[in-house]
Amino acid sequence: MSALSVEQWAQKVKENDRKAAAKLISAIERKEKIARDILKQLFVPVGKTTVLGVTGSAGAGKSCLVSCLISAFRKRGKTVAVIAVDPSSPFTGGAFLGDRLRMQVHGRDKGVYIRSMASRGYLGGLARGTVDAMRVMEAMGHDIVIVETVGTGQDEIDVARLVQTCILVLTPTMGDDIQAMKAGIMEVAQIAVLNKADMPGKEKAILDLEVALRMRPTAEDGWSVPVVPTVATTEVGIDEVVGHIEKHQAHIRQGDGLKKFAFQKAEKEGSVLIKDEIERVIFDHIRGTGLRRKYLEKIVAGEIDPYTAVEEVMSLFIKKSAKGV
Amino acid sequence: MSKAKENKDRKIKVLVSKVGLDGHDRGAKVICSLLKEAGMEVVYLGMYQMPKDVIDAAIDEDADVIGPSFLSGEHLVYTPLLVEEMKKAGLDDVLLIAGGVIPAEDIPTLKEMGVKEVFTAGSLTEPIIKYIRNNVRR
Repeated sequence: MSALSVEQWAQKVKENDRKAAAKLISAIERKEKIARDILKQLFVPVGKTTVLGVTGSAGAGKSCLVSCLISAFRKRGKTVAVIAVDPSSPFTGGAFLGDRLRMQVHGRDKGVYIRSMASRGYLGGLARGTVDAMRVMEAMGHDIVIVETVGTGQDEIDVARLVQTCILVLTPTMGDDIQAMKAGIMEVAQIAVLNKADMPGKEKAILDLEVALRMRPTAEDGWSVPVVPTVATTEVGIDEVVGHIEKHQAHIRQGDGLKKFAFQKAEKEGSVLIKDEIERVIFDHIRGTGLRRKYLEKIVAGEIDPYTAVEEVMSLFIKKSAKGV
Repeated sequence: MSKAKENKDRKIKVLVSKVGLDGHDRGAKVICSLLKEAGMEVVYLGMYQMPKDVIDAAIDEDADVIGPSFLSGEHLVYTPLLVEEMKKAGLDDVLLIAGGVIPAEDIPTLKEMGVKEVFTAGSLTEPIIKYIRNNVRR
């Protein structure tokens, strides 16, 4: 791909060339400059793609549910792209990406594109570069893009700002009504799925969820969150989930809903990009200078506290950039 | 951009899969785990995969290494199909290595077919990791 110009590469992605798209996502993961240049060409402000998020704790059945959703959308004649994020090891940097395995039944379907991404230290349930990869899949022309987060706990809610319809996958072992009432991830979903609904505790869990959801003030846009029991392994309840997705999609497409979503996404993406860029510029400046190590040793030796250290590094950087270095 | 920085963001991506009617995946899982510990990103496809499924996945994932695992004795049947699919897809720079329970006398044949290296049951971790690091595309 490196022999291609930015324009040629972007064009190949737009023509749904899987290899060009796959190579571009790798370049994004490696933060290569050419990736950003191509992404500039692929940018569409308010696209027609349906963007879904699937989140929930590890082992709740997110990947299985996504596989079922793929089947359901394919039956309706839609093409589907999936980003499946799994965690990177903070110790070795390695990752075991096991989401694709649950979706391999779609392996040969040309209308389905699945990409596993390792989180690479990015917190918030997504991978660094997930938003860019979503853009690549939209540019490929897929009708539906699904982002599956890493197994989340209570607070990884980034996905909710980046997708139109967010599906939270829970199980009957999710805990009691107190858990259901908590802030964070319980608040982000437009659809709550109670998967593994063939396990004991289903009725109690549904009741806890419905009560907790009803205690909340109605969402600003008037959408009330349905609770849908499913058994993803046997495809029970999937049509109901798809029905609610379609209903929510119709709901946000009223008036200027899509524009509002685009604004919210741009806001989130902008803040992430700026933070990344600041980090990159600062670390590029201090890399190889031994400054980082020097400060760390000073902190450990008690010669400086971490707050002052950061202030000093920042002021050094600001002075440098003012001089145009 | 400094060289150290490039290396940090350049992760080796390995696609591991069982191929054909072969449900013995303990070895494949052990390998996945070892490669993860070595800092690689490993996609595991699971069992009963056909050559085309493996190669299609390798394209989508932009895998640097494809590692089929055999215990069923079908390595001489499926390897040519894997190589053929790789050729069709133009994955010339992707490293194909095989593992599992493979008789020593079959190893030269597998290499003739296009497998770059074979690691049989009992292989040590270090040589596998070293081999991948030294032979993967840059």
